[in-house]
Amino acid sequence: MAILKVKNLSKNFGKVKAVQEVNFEATEGKVLSLLGPSGCGKTTTLRCIAGFENPDQGEIYLDNRNITPFPPEKRGIGMVFQNYALWPHMTVYGNLAFGLQIRKVPKSEIDKRIKKVLSMVQLEGYENRYPRQMSGGQQQRIAMARALVFEPEIMLLDEPLSNLDAQLREEMRFEFTELQRKLGITAIYVTHDQAEALVISDKIVILNQGKIVQSGSPKEIYSNPKNKFVAGFIAVTSFINGRIDSFTEEKKKVVVKTDDGLVIHGFDNSFNIGQKVSVAMRMNVIKFIQDENKSDKNRVNIFKGKIIQSSYLGNIIDYKIKVGSWEIRTNSDAKYNFKIGEEVTFYLSPEDIIVTREE
Amino acid sequence: MQKSVFRKTIEIIIFTVFIFFLFAPLLSLGIWSVALRWYWPHTLPQEIGFDYWLQALGITKSLTLGAVNVIPAFLLSLGIAIIVVIITMAIAIPAGYSLAKLKIPALLKGIILILFLLPRAFPQQPVFLNLMLMFNKIGLTGTVLGVIFVHIVVGLVFAVWITASTFSSIPPEFEEAARSVGATRLKAFFKVTLPISTPGLIASAVFVFLTSMDEFTGTFFVGLPFVTTLPMTLYSASGSNIQFASVIAILLLIPSILFMILIQKFLKAEHLGGMGG
Repeated sequence: MAILKVKNLSKNFGKVKAVQEVNFEATEGKVLSLLGPSGCGKTTTLRCIAGFENPDQGEIYLDNRNITPFPPEKRGIGMVFQNYALWPHMTVYGNLAFGLQIRKVPKSEIDKRIKKVLSMVQLEGYENRYPRQMSGGQQQRIAMARALVFEPEIMLLDEPLSNLDAQLREEMRFEFTELQRKLGITAIYVTHDQAEALVISDKIVILNQGKIVQSGSPKEIYSNPKNKFVAGFIAVTSFINGRIDSFTEEKKKVVVKTDDGLVIHGFDNSFNIGQKVSVAMRMNVIKFIQDENKSDKNRVNIFKGKIIQSSYLGNIIDYKIKVGSWEIRTNSDAKYNFKIGEEVTFYLSPEDIIVTREE
Repeated sequence: MQKSVFRKTIEIIIFTVFIFFLFAPLLSLGIWSVALRWYWPHTLPQEIGFDYWLQALGITKSLTLGAVNVIPAFLLSLGIAIIVVIITMAIAIPAGYSLAKLKIPALLKGIILILFLLPRAFPQQPVFLNLMLMFNKIGLTGTVLGVIFVHIVVGLVFAVWITASTFSSIPPEFEEAARSVGATRLKAFFKVTLPISTPGLIASAVFVFLTSMDEFTGTFFVGLPFVTTLPMTLYSASGSNIQFASVIAILLLIPSILFMILIQKFLKAEHLGGMGG
């Protein structure tokens, strides 16, 4: 297994700067995700690593060996494509054997390895099927098996689960993780699905407009998004913009004041007084207070708002609440049954509030 | 239920009209080819027989005006068509692949495609007349080689366009997947792209074959009087003997129909297989 380093990678398509000076390192035996919206350069980066695109600048190192000038077939990198790209004129056996036949592996060894890899993806006995005779999920597994059967040093996956239905996709996430851990293979995984990235990755690299915005462990990125873009990408649904007003005595607490006079206590201390910031909130942030008199008067972050939208989702209700000139979306327990237009009082726990850069 | 009866009726009407337009001319040709005596105002020939067929196929000899043995012409046409298909496809496959898959600047691509189209963009007679004058200088007029060259020029236009569109309809990931498991560009082409594009390439080859079998204008200018392909014999027979002309016309149809059946079988199987041609 191997370490992959991407150094200073840039790639333009005409005037479009698809990838700009991207640097990252994939640790041996771990999964690194390239996460971002479509057109952020994640697939181009992957294609540069695979050798399908020639970068305009920068190098790619596999175990400290510069592989940038190598054609794809000389890189020894397995790849799983979004549309699987199983060869329709070959059986599963043919698809899996192709790479081994090129490497002049003897037939008995090929048979053995195909058997082994098919059992790994739980499709024993599928050797003689054609791709068209299999379901999407099965084709996906064969695509994975094809990328693994020649025992590459590293594996690239380009949105491999995006063509599957939601339930199967979730199942396959776990299956992929299990398989990857068992083999200990280094994997670079491209996705636009933040939930998928959080589940499968050891490290996430977030890209926007060809540049790396933030990279770190799933936990770091989830709990401490660097700016509004990252926060918006990792499950944040409401933002309130304001300026840093003061710090509290308590560690890591800041007080943010908006132009229309809301005062919000949040969690972060890497800012200066007066700096423009964005208060980011996820769906679970709000706690409704039904009896105002019971609440502690010293408590901060108590707000009044008006329900402007509600969607019933069975066990939960999705509300949109207007507070001042801002809108906050929240999930709440179905026991709170507010009507549209109703005034509500709620509490925001400072620990659940992320204060992040506005831009 | 009522809707399906209505639909059936429409289908039967369309089918009948189709059959009529397809087979009425064929039927007429068929009757003419066996008509020994057929004078106005009779609806059907007064005397029928296979005399003209036998003469045309060289089984019996006759001194009838316009009587020819069409077998050598048929074999010549067939031979020319096969050579034309081989050479044309040998040019069209790499050309179509390059146009479809390689990163050629749009302007250059346009110029190349126009170059291939150019011979068809003008009225054919002046083009072939010029070609004849040029071939005269290098001694290619009246030779099989000259005729083959003309047929290639005619067939190449379609062949390059069809192969280019076949190759560009194949997702690039198939070839990329082959390269990622270790195949060189060449190996990926021969083991993956070429087999997947077989239906489209066969369609293209059949088209070239039929174009060559039927080619008239170019052969007329460049080939005559020494190279008499089947359409040439048909032309000379049609002026003097309608029966011979009918026999030749039917013979010309045979390879076309055979190929149509073949191509349909091929394309259908591939469509069922879920792979695009």
